[in-house]
Amino acid sequence: MKYTLAVLVENRPGVLTHISGLISRRAYNIESIAASYTEEADTTRITIDVEVDDEIQLEQVVNQLSKLVDVIKIVNLTHVDSIHRDLAMIKVKASPDTRSDIVDIVEIFRAKIVDVNRETMVIELTGEESKIDALCEVLKDYGIIEIARTGKIALSRGPIAAKDM
Amino acid sequence: MEFLGSDIVIKCLQEEKVEVVFGYPGGAVLPLYDALYRSDFPHILARHEQGAVHAADGYARATGKVGVCIATSGPGATNLITGIATAYMDSVPLVAITGQVGVSLIGKDSFQEADVCGITTPITKHNYLVKKIKDLPRVLKEAFYIARSGRPGPVVVDISKDVFNDKMEYQYPKEVTLRGYSPIFAGDVAMIDVVVEKMRQAKKPLIFVGGGITISDTSALLRKLVKTTCFPVISSLMGLGCISNDDVQYLGMVGMHGTYAANMATTECDLLLGIGVRFDDRVTGLVQDFAPNAQVVHFDIDPAEINKNVLADVRVVGDLKWSLPLLCEKTMTYDEPSWKNSIAAWNETVQAWKVEKPLSYNCSTEIIMPQSVIEKLSQLTKQNSIVVTDVGQHQMWAAQYYEFLNERSFLTSGGLGTMGYGLPAAIGAQLGVPDKTVILFTGDGSIMMNCQEMSTVADNNIPIKIIVMNNQVLGMVYQWQRMFYGKRYSHTSLKGHTDFVKLAEAMGIKGLRVTKPSDLEATLEEALRIDGPVLVDIWLPGSEDVLPMVPTNCRLDQMVLGG
Repeated sequence: MKYTLAVLVENRPGVLTHISGLISRRAYNIESIAASYTEEADTTRITIDVEVDDEIQLEQVVNQLSKLVDVIKIVNLTHVDSIHRDLAMIKVKASPDTRSDIVDIVEIFRAKIVDVNRETMVIELTGEESKIDALCEVLKDYGIIEIARTGKIALSRGPIAAKDM
Repeated sequence: MEFLGSDIVIKCLQEEKVEVVFGYPGGAVLPLYDALYRSDFPHILARHEQGAVHAADGYARATGKVGVCIATSGPGATNLITGIATAYMDSVPLVAITGQVGVSLIGKDSFQEADVCGITTPITKHNYLVKKIKDLPRVLKEAFYIARSGRPGPVVVDISKDVFNDKMEYQYPKEVTLRGYSPIFAGDVAMIDVVVEKMRQAKKPLIFVGGGITISDTSALLRKLVKTTCFPVISSLMGLGCISNDDVQYLGMVGMHGTYAANMATTECDLLLGIGVRFDDRVTGLVQDFAPNAQVVHFDIDPAEINKNVLADVRVVGDLKWSLPLLCEKTMTYDEPSWKNSIAAWNETVQAWKVEKPLSYNCSTEIIMPQSVIEKLSQLTKQNSIVVTDVGQHQMWAAQYYEFLNERSFLTSGGLGTMGYGLPAAIGAQLGVPDKTVILFTGDGSIMMNCQEMSTVADNNIPIKIIVMNNQVLGMVYQWQRMFYGKRYSHTSLKGHTDFVKLAEAMGIKGLRVTKPSDLEATLEEALRIDGPVLVDIWLPGSEDVLPMVPTNCRLDQMVLGG
């Protein structure tokens, strides 16, 4: 089963080493990990998607991560009403013949074209993973040159922040 | 007033009431060693950084205080790794201070540069790289706090050489502010009531104690609990001594080389109270069949230990200093005859197992039996001793045949199983506890892994008694080859060319040798009489097995018995 964890950590050097070191040492199966600054200068927020067999294994992951001195708080957003997003940029082959077809697809997906040249275009899409996967699938027919994705970030709905949960 | 970074390190050590540091100098720590010189701070010069870190570990285990070691950058720091991992596996409070190259040289593959934080991340409770002097007092304060609080463990502080040479106004922080670290003390009181109810209903209860009792200094509470409940008790390797081994309720060590009674009791019990244990694979045998009839109650300070190896039916997360007094208090109210009577049959059964199949071995008048060496030294020294071991057969025999009366009387590398741990750890233990007799049981394999530390012993006239259980083989591996690898003795013969008496004397230590059973007692007595360090080389057969033994992937009741 896949779970989404919001991990609030100290914004200090070495923190990502500690997190990734723990994940590799305990042989946890991480599907995606995304880290960046937050509203507080001294806090970094890491969203981790972890694949585990059951809740007992998930508890192990949470408890082991919690032991890291840099980890301030962990919130399991899997069962919290929350918004999950991934951002992707996709460079796809676009000849004068195929360009208008691609533009149609981009519109259907509510994506954006952020770069165009004579041979290719770059499409930007924000959404849940499945939506991005679907767009990539469709664009495959035209020839994808490269993809960059941020990995999932997640935020709960409603007024309460993860740090106060 | 401004101070050099190197002097600030010394001031922090003084603030933390550090009595002695173990170390080895080198380029990146030259300024720190200059500060040690200026302050005349007590420092023991090891002969290898691994010796320094194990000595700090032995000191910490024997005293309960934080052990401190110092090494230089690069190879100095990497030589600490085995010792740090050893301390990590056994939850030993340690602060390792390593020098790092100058700030501008970091990341340039500079001379004697290694990424110490990167290397030590998986084997430390926490680590720091200090590149600015303003961080130094805070980091050291945090390092000591983290090392000793909660579930203890090693903390590495990697300090750039520039920081030692920089200057600033010094003030030691009064408090630690760590948003992400607040060690658990008290847990859920309701869980204690659940446990007491389970204890009341149990017909075949069993208490299983581990190193957590030693770490939390709750051995007196445990003894009280055992007295009140009349429950039988078993111990892990790390728990030896928490309950006096001559206590009638004590059944012995459990696990791969556990006693018949302890292993049978674990298999048959209907309630297992695991207190400060982590259900290591050397304890459980085939883990899915561990304590198959029991409800498991797990007491631990570390929530990550719960359900890690063995699923707990009841969890009591908190410091044993919090949970055991409550448990004692609440069980007292159940001190009624009907309760004791309900477990009387069980107590008869476990006592019968103890009598029926005690630890045993074949005696001989021709050759010295290794078990008899341990028994003899136990008789001579158990009242006031600390036993330190290396790793292998001698370690298991020491665990089985020495009668430990008190906590912190048995120091051994349990989790990592580090050969070479013993000699330096014995040095640290003796310096921490000068009024006890420190006995090191080691093998002719293990001793060679850090034998250079005999020079440290001689330099400081540290009166440890080194017992080399010399069987000319790497005994434990040899035993496995005999039992499970068709007697194909691949590279386990040590051939016996090393003269350990001469080696000891070359290093400046008195050496004695025993080859006949008839001389054993007199030689051991002589070694104990000598005022100062002694090495006793005892010749033993290589053919002896450590028994009982639960082979890998077997249940605890599927033991190979000995004697």
